[in-house]
Amino acid sequence: MRVNQTSFRHALLDPEAARPDGLSDGMGRPAGRRFDVYRNNVSVSLTEALEVGFPVIRKLVGHDNFKVLAAAYLRRHPPHSPLMMHFGAELPSFLADFEPTRQTGYLPDIARLELAIRESYHAADADPINPAELEALPPEALIGSRVQLAPALRQVRSPWPIFSIWRFNVEEGAKSPEMAAEDVLIARPDMDPVPGLLPSGGAEFINALLTGATFGDAMDKASEASWDFDLPVVLTLLVEMKTIVEIGG
Amino acid sequence: MSKTTKTLAAAGAVATALAASLAVPAQAQTKEKCYGVSLAGQNDCAAGPGTTCSGTSTVDYQGNAWTLVDTGTCTEIELPAMADGTPRMGSLEPIERDLPS
Repeated sequence: MRVNQTSFRHALLDPEAARPDGLSDGMGRPAGRRFDVYRNNVSVSLTEALEVGFPVIRKLVGHDNFKVLAAAYLRRHPPHSPLMMHFGAELPSFLADFEPTRQTGYLPDIARLELAIRESYHAADADPINPAELEALPPEALIGSRVQLAPALRQVRSPWPIFSIWRFNVEEGAKSPEMAAEDVLIARPDMDPVPGLLPSGGAEFINALLTGATFGDAMDKASEASWDFDLPVVLTLLVEMKTIVEIGG
Repeated sequence: MSKTTKTLAAAGAVATALAASLAVPAQAQTKEKCYGVSLAGQNDCAAGPGTTCSGTSTVDYQGNAWTLVDTGTCTEIELPAMADGTPRMGSLEPIERDLPS
């Protein structure tokens, strides 16, 4: 009898399952223990992939708890792709559903933030404008212009203080998070992705730019959404994070 | 927002943004991308998983029970419940209250 893929895959993801029948080594002998080694390596390597991809979630729940969580996750959501950079995409919804973590409302959004950082890392390069171009443009022309933003830009919006929680777990001596909704901008000013806290209205402003609104229309959208929309702070962040790729058109 | 207000606001924001960007030290602006020079194991972790394929002998024992509690920083973070009742983190133990009697 020869093993088929269905029974092989089933046994691979269930440590309680019997080794599939029909496996043999090069000499035609039964090769069940080799399967055990392979089964173990699959789950351990996927667990490690999650540990590398979600360092802050790991720190929040604790390293040992994370292993338990990862073991459940990798069996419920095995990789769709051989590219490990995509593995873990369902962790936010998993955390919202998994019994031991569902009480922690902010965990899914922290996982979204960590996924966004990874996506930003793998996004295409784009050369930012020289800030002098912004200065050279008359304000009337600027508000009528469309702004193209870098492919590495990501945003994560949350009713929880996700930027503060993230920073508290990444930076030595960062201050303890206080309850507030926080929106995070992620961009790659140099080599690596950097998260930045967006002020009120910032996400609406950037979303409007991303969907092709002019600079002036984006200002309107942001002001409608937040009475205290602070354009200088948002624009400073966009310039400093080198997210502006082109103005005009 | 009127057009004049917007024009003035945009001009002010540009001035602020440029003043801030000029304040960045010159050194930070001359950083260049440099690939393939990281020592093994020291390349930046922002790449996420998939950058290694180490074989390993660590044993995976699929635990179904969340037996270890409070080893992370979750419980250091004091946050009130959300308005919709979503509770803040209290404990990483399985919640056993509110079970039907």
